[in-house]
Amino acid sequence: MLYFSKLKLVTLYFIIAVFSLFALLNFINNDNTFLLSKKVNLGLDLQGGSYLLLEVDSSPVIKEKIQNKLLLLRKILKENKIKYKKLKINKNYINFIIQEKDVENFNNSFNKKDYAFNPFYVQYNANEMEYSIKDNLVKINYTKYGLIEIKKTTLEQSLEIVRRRIDETGTKDPTIVRSGNDRILIELPGLDDPNRVKKLLGKTANLTFRLVSNTEDSFGAEMLPFEDDSETLSINKRVILRGDSLDNATPSFDNQNNTAIVNFSLDRIGAKKFARVTNENLGRRLAIVLDNKIISAPVIRDAILGGAGQISGNFTFQSATDLALLLRSGALPAPLTIIEERTVGPDLGEDSIKAGTISLLIGFLLVIIYMFFKYKIMGLIANIALITNLILLIGILTILEATLTLPGIAGIILTVGMAVDANVLIFERIKEEMKIEKTNIHAFDMGYKKAQSAILDANITTLISSVILFFLGSGPVKGFAVTLGIGIITTLFTAYFLARHLSSLYVMRNKESKIKI
Amino acid sequence: MIFNVSKNFNFYQYYKKFSLISLIFIIFSIFTLLYNGLNLGVDFKGGTLIEIRTEDRNVDISKIRTSFLNMNLGDVTVKNFGNKKDFLVKIEMIDAENETFISSIHDKLSLDLGADVNFRRVEKVGPKVSGELLKDGLLAITLALAAMLFYIWIRFEWQFSLAAIAAIIHDVVITMGVFSFFSYEINLSIVAAVLTIVGYSMNDTVVIFDRIRENLKKYSKIPISEISNNSTNETLSRTIITSTTTLLALVSIYLFGGAILKGFSFAMILGVIVGTYSSIFVATPILNYTNVNSKTILKEEI
Repeated sequence: MLYFSKLKLVTLYFIIAVFSLFALLNFINNDNTFLLSKKVNLGLDLQGGSYLLLEVDSSPVIKEKIQNKLLLLRKILKENKIKYKKLKINKNYINFIIQEKDVENFNNSFNKKDYAFNPFYVQYNANEMEYSIKDNLVKINYTKYGLIEIKKTTLEQSLEIVRRRIDETGTKDPTIVRSGNDRILIELPGLDDPNRVKKLLGKTANLTFRLVSNTEDSFGAEMLPFEDDSETLSINKRVILRGDSLDNATPSFDNQNNTAIVNFSLDRIGAKKFARVTNENLGRRLAIVLDNKIISAPVIRDAILGGAGQISGNFTFQSATDLALLLRSGALPAPLTIIEERTVGPDLGEDSIKAGTISLLIGFLLVIIYMFFKYKIMGLIANIALITNLILLIGILTILEATLTLPGIAGIILTVGMAVDANVLIFERIKEEMKIEKTNIHAFDMGYKKAQSAILDANITTLISSVILFFLGSGPVKGFAVTLGIGIITTLFTAYFLARHLSSLYVMRNKESKIKI
Repeated sequence: MIFNVSKNFNFYQYYKKFSLISLIFIIFSIFTLLYNGLNLGVDFKGGTLIEIRTEDRNVDISKIRTSFLNMNLGDVTVKNFGNKKDFLVKIEMIDAENETFISSIHDKLSLDLGADVNFRRVEKVGPKVSGELLKDGLLAITLALAAMLFYIWIRFEWQFSLAAIAAIIHDVVITMGVFSFFSYEINLSIVAAVLTIVGYSMNDTVVIFDRIRENLKKYSKIPISEISNNSTNETLSRTIITSTTTLLALVSIYLFGGAILKGFSFAMILGVIVGTYSSIFVATPILNYTNVNSKTILKEEI
């Protein structure tokens, strides 16, 4: 166990040198230099920032889709000359009654593969819709995969819109990723007040231009409140233009009455339609509705032909800027809810870094002093291994560009405390062997050999814990699992290669003299 | 003596006494866990947690309490956190729909205290997420126990596996019992601590077991009770030194690592002490009871 070939030694010290170099990168400012710009990332709890978990509620999308299906179904039933009664939507089902003689006809038309009403998903090997007929009552609903597909597209669209909105706010290095089937995870480093982002994400931003109804209680209208809840108006359900017809929107200032406004321009088709409708409805009021609240309802004085217009409301310049941003980035397909939010201010992050560093240094010193007093020269060897261990650990974290969190720092400190265990096991074993073996070399050799299985077993158990924690833990705690787990591997490496080599050098020089451990 | 060890404690004679003490602690812990339950934090129960720093040193805690009381937020607890300027506020109610919830609290509190307060940390966890986090935490601990059980069973014998798991459960139950008794908060980092305790306790037990196995192979005539006693003695100085260095590191986190890591390091300190104790006084005696002998070991070798 005490012999090292030249090749092994070169490899050993080469590895240590390379990792030390990577560890060093963290302390050099080289943001824009060549290849090696790797660094350990600081977690949100250390650098400050916001973590938001959003849930996409796809039920309104499903509701809307099933309504569209109903319209399509009516057409298809008519085409196939199937008579139906009581066609209606019940929760997420379409229900209707057909006659006995039409059942076969219905079966045939529904099961056709190239059927617009019921597309076939190759990736799931399943259809979008399924149906059942019982006593001539037909029940149609989405299949499991149909629902998954809706959720998936809704999530993807939402992700895109969220990304656009956050990018527009100018937040630095945001992380925006999907999480599971219906969630979006957002990390905004350095942002200590996530208020504006939360407000922007809380809005669906469904913009519609609709005429104010002439009559109070007509069939195709609904009562909608103004944004400040000052009054309600009866608004036509028929939509003239939607937000997606907008080409651009910018905040601006109206010099005439010193208020903030939003200028918008429409795309070609939108502009044409807008021109026609405004021309036909001179003198009527046109309501601009955002998320079922009226922003304003000005009277149409002239036909708007150029496809450009402006929205005025009770805006501050900030709210006009935000509205323009929302309109530019488009409407969310479904409302988002913030189901988890964690924000750490930058000053707390700094305090945590300080506290973490101080406790790491003190813990490190205590262990080093204790080991030296306990084992003297062998203690020194263990300490060299421990310092190297720490450097390797930081080096690996750098190469992986891992995220260091406050619990992660705790994991490093804990590694310091537990890392000496491997050497302690070996030294104690050598002590025992010295009483049996005749020569120092034999005692050292046997000590390393016999301690092996205990060291392996003891470290694998801790490794198991950290692996489980890595997969099931969330947030900062994951950082703890990372440092603890990597710490175990570097511990085994330094104890079994570096410390062994150093102690072999030591014992070779003191073959005959009495070694005290 | 064939073992050539300087220390020779007769642990065997203390087993009965310590078994009784362990039993009392376990029963007490289970009782307090059933009676007091655990003080689940925002992570597992849902709600809002705000760490506040007031720049003015003389803010009275009751002033903050009154301010929150006037906001009608339901159950609110306010306590000092680390030093006099810092407070930790826990609000049970969560207003998930309202994205201006936090900022309106900030404005009202600043108004009531007559100075701008600094919200250093905000954690808002909805009921769905907290339920999932709790489920994941329990799953992690269960999985860790199962994995340990399996690993020891593969590497040793079922007798060793049984004894080691009993010791781990002993450690976890007592640690949780202390948290329940003092009503210390359980959050995500405590789950991390419990998992590390499981790993550490196992680590400590395995070293003794490894020696027992080695000695069982060597000395087939000596009864298990004597072998385990000698093995405990042989590994005793290692047990003490490693526990000491680990505790040195943990105490350093506890004292200097800041208020956020206090609960975590406290749980770990407790776990390391109980874990070290249980390797000697729970795992080893149970192994004795199983009557494991050199035949069980050697059978496996063939």
